[in-house]
Amino acid sequence: MNLLIKGGRVIDPSQGIDEALDILVENGVVKALGKGVKAPAQTEIVDATGLIVTPGLIDMHVHLRDPGLEYKEDIVSGTRAAAAGGFTSVACMPNTRPVNDNKAVTSYIIAKAKAEGVVNVFPVGAITQGSKGEALAEMGDLKEAGCVAVSDDGRPVTSSELMRRALEYAKGMGIMIISHAEDLSLVGEGVMNEGFVSTELGLKGIPWAAEDAATAREVYLAEFTDSPLHIAHVSTKGALRIIRNAKARGGKVTCETAPHYFSLTDDAVRGYNTNAKMNPPLRTVDDVAAVKAALADGTIDAIATDHAPHHLDEKDVEFNVALNGIVGLETSLSLSLQLVEEGVLTLPALVEKMACNPAKILGIDRGTLREGAVADITVIDPAVEWTVDAEKLASKSKNSPFLGQKMKGAAACTIVGGNVVFKRN
Amino acid sequence: MGFKHKDIIGLQGLSREEIQLLLDTAENMKEISGRDIKKVPTLRGKTVVNLFFEASTRTRTSFEIAAKRLSADTINISASTSSVTKGETLSDTARNILAMKPDIIVMRHAASGAHHYLAQRVSCSVINAGDGAHEHPSQGLLDMLTMRQKFGTLDGLTVAIVGDITHSRVARSDIFGLTTMGASVRLAGPPTMMPPGIERLGNVTVCTDMREAIKGADVVMMLRIQLERQGKTLLPTLREYSRYYGLNPENLKLAKPGAMVMHPGPINRGVELSSYVADGDQSAILTQVENGVAVRMSMLYHVSGGELPTE
Repeated sequence: MNLLIKGGRVIDPSQGIDEALDILVENGVVKALGKGVKAPAQTEIVDATGLIVTPGLIDMHVHLRDPGLEYKEDIVSGTRAAAAGGFTSVACMPNTRPVNDNKAVTSYIIAKAKAEGVVNVFPVGAITQGSKGEALAEMGDLKEAGCVAVSDDGRPVTSSELMRRALEYAKGMGIMIISHAEDLSLVGEGVMNEGFVSTELGLKGIPWAAEDAATAREVYLAEFTDSPLHIAHVSTKGALRIIRNAKARGGKVTCETAPHYFSLTDDAVRGYNTNAKMNPPLRTVDDVAAVKAALADGTIDAIATDHAPHHLDEKDVEFNVALNGIVGLETSLSLSLQLVEEGVLTLPALVEKMACNPAKILGIDRGTLREGAVADITVIDPAVEWTVDAEKLASKSKNSPFLGQKMKGAAACTIVGGNVVFKRN
Repeated sequence: MGFKHKDIIGLQGLSREEIQLLLDTAENMKEISGRDIKKVPTLRGKTVVNLFFEASTRTRTSFEIAAKRLSADTINISASTSSVTKGETLSDTARNILAMKPDIIVMRHAASGAHHYLAQRVSCSVINAGDGAHEHPSQGLLDMLTMRQKFGTLDGLTVAIVGDITHSRVARSDIFGLTTMGASVRLAGPPTMMPPGIERLGNVTVCTDMREAIKGADVVMMLRIQLERQGKTLLPTLREYSRYYGLNPENLKLAKPGAMVMHPGPINRGVELSSYVADGDQSAILTQVENGVAVRMSMLYHVSGGELPTE
């Protein structure tokens, strides 16, 4: 099936394009990009008048929970949620059961995604065996099997020596490390950001220093080993300062933040709202401002959701025992478009952080509408207004702090390899 | 005015008038405990479930006596004998208890916010008998009642609270209650036990030096230090704690002459409080306990929206 996406505002920072153009898709690739492109017979027309057309969005940090935790999410539901959120590719973290620390698990994920998933799935393997932080995982095998990076996301590598060796070894295998930077001894039994709100609620706090100290360690180890490093879900002012300085020194460090870190503060925890519990925790107004400034000045390269589905039973409990994490795939684009509304980012800059940069960081041939590229395309309706409704979320889990909230902007149509996988009604 | 809340989860958010009402009623309730027959029919036919997920002798007994003096039927469920050990969730425990149609659940739970959670899920009243490091409203009320009895008013009082503020639900309830009633609160303790931003909770000052906090204070409230909770990283030894943050006859002289010494109990003699002070003339510790019953009668009475005892 061929497609002609007509009359949209095409924003493709990979080519410096921001103008009204048509895109012709043939055999799953971008065939032509220009004004008044003629459609051959048998071409489906997508009317993109008033809409924005971008390279397919990439969420480089999601948890698909498959294999092993399918009661929370699986590759089918997770990729449907991704498509509904405008994402054409996701990178899935390895904390499944079993952990994705070997090529058998990687191959399972890739095969199932190919057979049943609706968007591209790029697995992230583990840094250490079982993500236990004791011995290195077989990163060569993982890369060969299709992993695009390695990470012990959710379970920071506590040993500095092991992290040093991981960075060195990964460099040899040509695979990048994504670090969940938190000093667990400082996190302790903390369940939310340490500050005025935790004091008032009597909840154990996680100090910002837990993230800053760990980020500093990672940055210095990466510099020392001269290895590329990506820091996941940055949430603090201090960690951003450390990353900004490292970049200024020429370090090969990149980082991402998640929409909740620029949309919410720890105030959202009031009422002991377990859907506002995640790791790193929601921080303060100051940190939110710092995250926005770092998005604007380029310190933050990517926006990724850390989509972390959990079953109701794991959230409908006392705050301190509720699991960490929130779903994010279906609210990310709207929340991020808010940055454009507020003047933090231009639309092209947003597309860079949601499509081009993630592709670059992960080294995948996506994030562009160049002629001949795989036709992963997101059509965005920037004006549509909608309300986050648990019933309508494609994800199996509904653990969102944005339930009931009014949103503006959403994916109108998601195209993966030339196929329309999602169309907004 | 009446008391309009179904639950008492904390003193935060209660108005001055509401706290006044709870204390005034407690004062009336005290009279009942002084009678030969210590019982009024106010809550006859009502069922009060004492659901304790944390060990407690004093608070549970106090609530039980309070309920019985109001003629309620009381049932005690403690964590050691309940289904909690079988891995039942709080939500299921609550549902099961609710199926037995209680009118009031008095709960103590180690998780801050547990009562908030419970109150949203049950139709009966919920009274907080202590949740984690969040609130302990009956303790806050009995502290205020004890102070009011001595000083006549809470307005303008200076109250020093010394100890582990971070882990103290008593400190939080005292702060919320006292500052609402016009008192000022000074806090002292090692910085390892002082939570960030606590001074923003009301008319609260944080002092590093205990002497600074108690100087000229009307009331000195000492908190229990618990090694099992504080662990090894918050303080080196009880000996040193006692030297810098313990109340003794010497540093008590810094407070106003005749200042009242309080402690929520149980006391670690020789640690946060020297026996000379605990058993001395200025100690109000046993009055606190006595007032505890009256305050809890008042709480039970007001959440059940009953009528004033007429006898």
